[in-house]
Amino acid sequence: MAETVLETVNLTMRFGGVTACDNVDFSLKARELRCLIGPNGAGKTTFFKCLTGLLTPTEGQVIMRGEETTNWDTHVIASEGVGIKTQVPNVLDGVSVQENIWLAARRFCSSADASRKTEEVIDRLSLSTIATSEVGRLAHGERQRVELGIVAAGDPWLVLLDEPAAGMTSDDVEQMIEIIHDMTKTAAVIIVEHDMQFIRSVATEVTVFHQGRILMEDHVDTVMSDPTVRNVYLGKKA
Amino acid sequence: MREITLQRFAIALVIAGIVMTLLPLMVGTYTLTLLLVYGMLAMSLGLIWGFGGILCFGQAAFFGLGAYAYAIAAINFGESTVPMIIAVLVPAAFAAVLGGMMFYGRLGDVYLGVITLVVTLIFFKFMNSTAGPEYVIGTARLGGFNGIPGYQTLNVPGLPEQYIYGDSLYYVTFIALFVVYWLVNWVLQSPFGRVAVAIRENEQRASLMGYDIRARKTVLFAVGGAIAGLAGAFYANWAEIVTPGLFSLGQSAEIIIWCIVGGLGTRLGPILGAAGLAYLKFKLGQQMLIDNAVITGIILVLFVLFLPKGLVPAIEKIWRLSVGRKRGRRPARSRRGRAASHG
Ligand SMILES: Nc1ncnc2c1ncn2[C@@H]1O[C@H](COP(=O)(O)OP(=O)(O)OP(=O)(O)O)[C@@H](O)[C@H]1O
Ligand SMILES: [Mg+2]
Repeated sequence: MAETVLETVNLTMRFGGVTACDNVDFSLKARELRCLIGPNGAGKTTFFKCLTGLLTPTEGQVIMRGEETTNWDTHVIASEGVGIKTQVPNVLDGVSVQENIWLAARRFCSSADASRKTEEVIDRLSLSTIATSEVGRLAHGERQRVELGIVAAGDPWLVLLDEPAAGMTSDDVEQMIEIIHDMTKTAAVIIVEHDMQFIRSVATEVTVFHQGRILMEDHVDTVMSDPTVRNVYLGKKA
Repeated sequence: MREITLQRFAIALVIAGIVMTLLPLMVGTYTLTLLLVYGMLAMSLGLIWGFGGILCFGQAAFFGLGAYAYAIAAINFGESTVPMIIAVLVPAAFAAVLGGMMFYGRLGDVYLGVITLVVTLIFFKFMNSTAGPEYVIGTARLGGFNGIPGYQTLNVPGLPEQYIYGDSLYYVTFIALFVVYWLVNWVLQSPFGRVAVAIRENEQRASLMGYDIRARKTVLFAVGGAIAGLAGAFYANWAEIVTPGLFSLGQSAEIIIWCIVGGLGTRLGPILGAAGLAYLKFKLGQQMLIDNAVITGIILVLFVLFLPKGLVPAIEKIWRLSVGRKRGRRPARSRRGRAASHG
């Protein structure tokens, strides 16, 4: 059985009167692929932000590979090998695709190795036709792919993807699924998604967030047929 | 890659040599030296603002600090070599401390602007109030609003009697500007410079890539302070007097305007903007018809409205369009394949 690489204990994040994450106990094993679902405002993005140091949790702990990282700075957590694709596209718009990926790779190796890594990632993510384009001029789906490239370039052991398929064409999505499967060879991956078909095609284990808490955690089929989940989540959507 | 850099360096060296020789045929070296000093000052802000995204409203503070540090050190030491070094180190150290406090304190851009502005004002007020005999550093009196005159100006290193002034000061300043320009170039091409651009583009993404943006911004800010300080030292040698006016807000505002007009995010733009606008000011200063500040203001407004990216990007665009047409290519397409981080 693989070891636990990520754990949160009583993780709580309050914004004034709003409790976005409420006593979340979560754990993830090495190279596990997990989907995080839940209605709008359930606290999924806030949870990711607490994991990456973009927010400092009000209470509770984050433990990564046996070390408590709760109050660590974002860049330190990232340097440890945690990659995130944020919900809002988060790329370097004014420079080329190549430069984006090179900069991400350069943090972990020499310039020459970073150039090699850049080529490899560009190849793997089929970005070669747009490699020299300025990222700000690209289409939404392409930018999402560039951001995935940035994440991949760092060889992370933990990958957080916040709605990676949002606004993408079905071809893009298929490619995205391939890339994600590729990533799970070396990394544990958590994906926040609303698209049920997407979830079914990538994950077996699903965690349901509702009002800042973990409502349920089980196999995708069990979760989908659960009446409570249908009520808070699917019921609203349909 | 290295060969290309060498080749480019050789070409730049030749061009710089030609420009250096031709300029004095058109403009007096006394005026030219000042234009070069302003060019270097503009480059310091062009580096931290154009490539690091740090808009500093108080670049004049480091300029003035460099000039004062030079004057005070020159009075105390006599020979100019050590004072020149001190004039770089003092503003750099001050910028490192000030920058560290601002960046580690996670101040927003607006507060950063306000604080650098206020720091400049404090220097201005303080230097103005140092007329009394109690304000001395070593043997140098600060002199209040009268400033500090009568210090040792630039000499051949080790030979305090061999002054570098007039035409020679122009050539030395030109070479210094060229050297600093290539150092800045080198920094911008290094991983440090490329990460600085990443921070300018998106701070959050840069830190999610694992870069410590606070430390990097502090270092970049200090480098900017050092270059502004060096410009201040050359100014002190040119003017042979330093006064609190160096710390004026007008001076700080002008540096910003030079960068905008010349082209922010380009390496040559701020230098050209500074030299061009300062020369214009000098020419306009000889007539009484229109106020100088009004002209500068009008130029700024015209640029913001019609050439918001500044002079150098506009020239580049015209160049690309004409070359693109000659090659029978659609210019719009050639633009798309451009890696746009370096100007
Ligand atoms: N910076 C903030 N300040 C105040 N409230 C916030 C902040 N960020 C999030 N919230 C609130 O916290 C709750 C959880 O938001 P969060 O963005 O984490 O939800 P989510 O599950 O990602 O939703 P979605 O599916 O819409 O992306 C919401 O009620 C939101 O309004
Ligand atoms: Mg969200």
